[in-house]
Amino acid sequence: MWEAISSQNASSGSPKVPPSGDGRDLLLEIRDLRVHFDLGGGTLWDRITGGSPARRVVKAVDGVTLVVRSGETLGLVGESGCGKSTLGRAILRLIEPTGGQIIFRGRDLARLSREEMRRERRHLQMIFQDPYASLNPRLTVRDIIAEPLETFGLTRGLETEERVRDLMRKVGLSPRFIKRYPHEFSGGQRQRIGIARALALNPKLIVADEPISALDVSIQAQIMNLLKRLQREFDLTYLFISHDLRAVRYVSDRIAVMYLGKIVELAEARAIYEEPLMPYTKALISAVPVPDPTIELTRRRIVLEGDVPSPLDPPSGCRFRTRCPYAIAQCAEVVPPLVEIKPRHFAACIRISPDEPQIERVAAGEAPGLKRAS
Amino acid sequence: MNRLAKVGLIIIFALVIAALFAPWIATHDVGATDLSARYLPPSSAHYFGTDATGRDIFSRVIYGARISLRVGVTVVIISATVGTIVGAIAGYYGGWVDRFIAGYLFNVFLAFPGLLLAIAMVAFLGAGLNKLILALSIIGWVGYARVMRAQVLKVRELEFVQAARALGASDLYILWRHILPNAIQPLIVQASLGMAGAILSEASLSFLGLGVPPPAPSWGVMLEEARDLATLQTAPHALIFPGAAVALSVLAFNFVGDGLRERLDPRRHVDR
Repeated sequence: MWEAISSQNASSGSPKVPPSGDGRDLLLEIRDLRVHFDLGGGTLWDRITGGSPARRVVKAVDGVTLVVRSGETLGLVGESGCGKSTLGRAILRLIEPTGGQIIFRGRDLARLSREEMRRERRHLQMIFQDPYASLNPRLTVRDIIAEPLETFGLTRGLETEERVRDLMRKVGLSPRFIKRYPHEFSGGQRQRIGIARALALNPKLIVADEPISALDVSIQAQIMNLLKRLQREFDLTYLFISHDLRAVRYVSDRIAVMYLGKIVELAEARAIYEEPLMPYTKALISAVPVPDPTIELTRRRIVLEGDVPSPLDPPSGCRFRTRCPYAIAQCAEVVPPLVEIKPRHFAACIRISPDEPQIERVAAGEAPGLKRAS
Repeated sequence: MNRLAKVGLIIIFALVIAALFAPWIATHDVGATDLSARYLPPSSAHYFGTDATGRDIFSRVIYGARISLRVGVTVVIISATVGTIVGAIAGYYGGWVDRFIAGYLFNVFLAFPGLLLAIAMVAFLGAGLNKLILALSIIGWVGYARVMRAQVLKVRELEFVQAARALGASDLYILWRHILPNAIQPLIVQASLGMAGAILSEASLSFLGLGVPPPAPSWGVMLEEARDLATLQTAPHALIFPGAAVALSVLAFNFVGDGLRERLDPRRHVDR
């Protein structure tokens, strides 16, 4: 069975990996990943001596355990600042993780040396949010897309040129533009250049960090369809990070919901939208506008009180309790573990249990998740 | 480009021409003394007059441009190269490397008044053109390193640098291909101001007898030879022309540096 882990030892012990249900191979397994940013602080004396209770640490990612299966798209959603981008970047070690394991193709990326990690990057690529900032303005499209090929010495001379043209065609860009500079393209076209660059090495996993957020709505659908097509064509696995719930639903097989550095709910995409368990997820989904004015006018919205608490000083126990309409006293004492409430549907809430997954129906003050543990 | 910068460019152009074609422009032998023609005022025979030993001041000022530019260019190249490398390492790697370079090394060099440090070094190394260049480079590189470090700190966080890292590019490749080309602009400003500083320092040190040794036609040396009150009263041209040469060249490089800075600083565009 499961147990409620108290706040003192939340990050220790061996976290259980949610079991894989459909038998697809695990490609990436993240275990208890933590990314903490030390902002320093405290007095000068504290800083010299090292230890200080006044030390300010942002726990951007705080004990995330996840698996990504080969060929699937795992959507990662959450509000700004919840740590979803940090998690994506930590997987590629663009930000060094503070603790935990990132097991990819059987090796723990967190423990690789810089050089070993560099070689591993062939199989692990990223698509960036900002199609303007993510392309060097002083390089031509050819140089940008050829960069990974040349870095790994995969192709030479004319062969490189041919491969770049081929990649451009694959992402829907005319190879005629090969000598152009990024500023000569639109946002959507630039994002296609970024996608071609990520594809150049034939990676297994692509972390797409808000790949459509900076684009016009009309372009977003094109890019999402391109990503889906490329996934089939190249047998890609995506970790799709976005705050846009409609986009995530459209592309994802499974969805993980993040709140203040922790995964609070994880299930198949359909289940997240149709039967969300966490009050937070319910609020998120109710905030998505419906493109039908009559439904839009009558539908019920759950409006959350207050702002996201500062990650410098997150609430004790359940981090969502300060905004949760169902919060009770015990929520402040226990860090809720991610528990399989329904088959292949995980949630981190002490007020629900497999016996009664509907939080609205749980009796006031009851915490069935806690009882099962004790 | 503003008007002052244009004026600066014209002066620099004239300076370069003077230095390159000095043997054709000079009217007299720079070393030839003529004790019967001491302190002659400017005339058609001696455009800028003659000095205490009857040497032609015009020719010496023209040849002086060679020394000034040689010192300026070499000092800027050496200190900018060293500064760029050190600053880029500090900015790119950060951590203890940065704490050592920026927190310790920079401050040690900045704590000394530059010219004083150069004087101490010349006193230690001995006078001479090459030693002067070495001394000025040793005090000069910190300025470039600071600018470069700040730039690299900024550029390194740009997403295309992160993208290159994600693609598996090596550190050296990222620095060379992505960071340097996007960080170099302010360094050009610094180099232009550095030219002015180096020319002024060369003149100052030569004036103090710590730079280029006397018979050489350095502007500083010429000022030193004519620095007594009697000369100032009876033959001011012996001071005015080399002094004006120093002032104009320093001004010219400063004008160009300021013009470039204005050009490259996006905030200044908004102000105007």
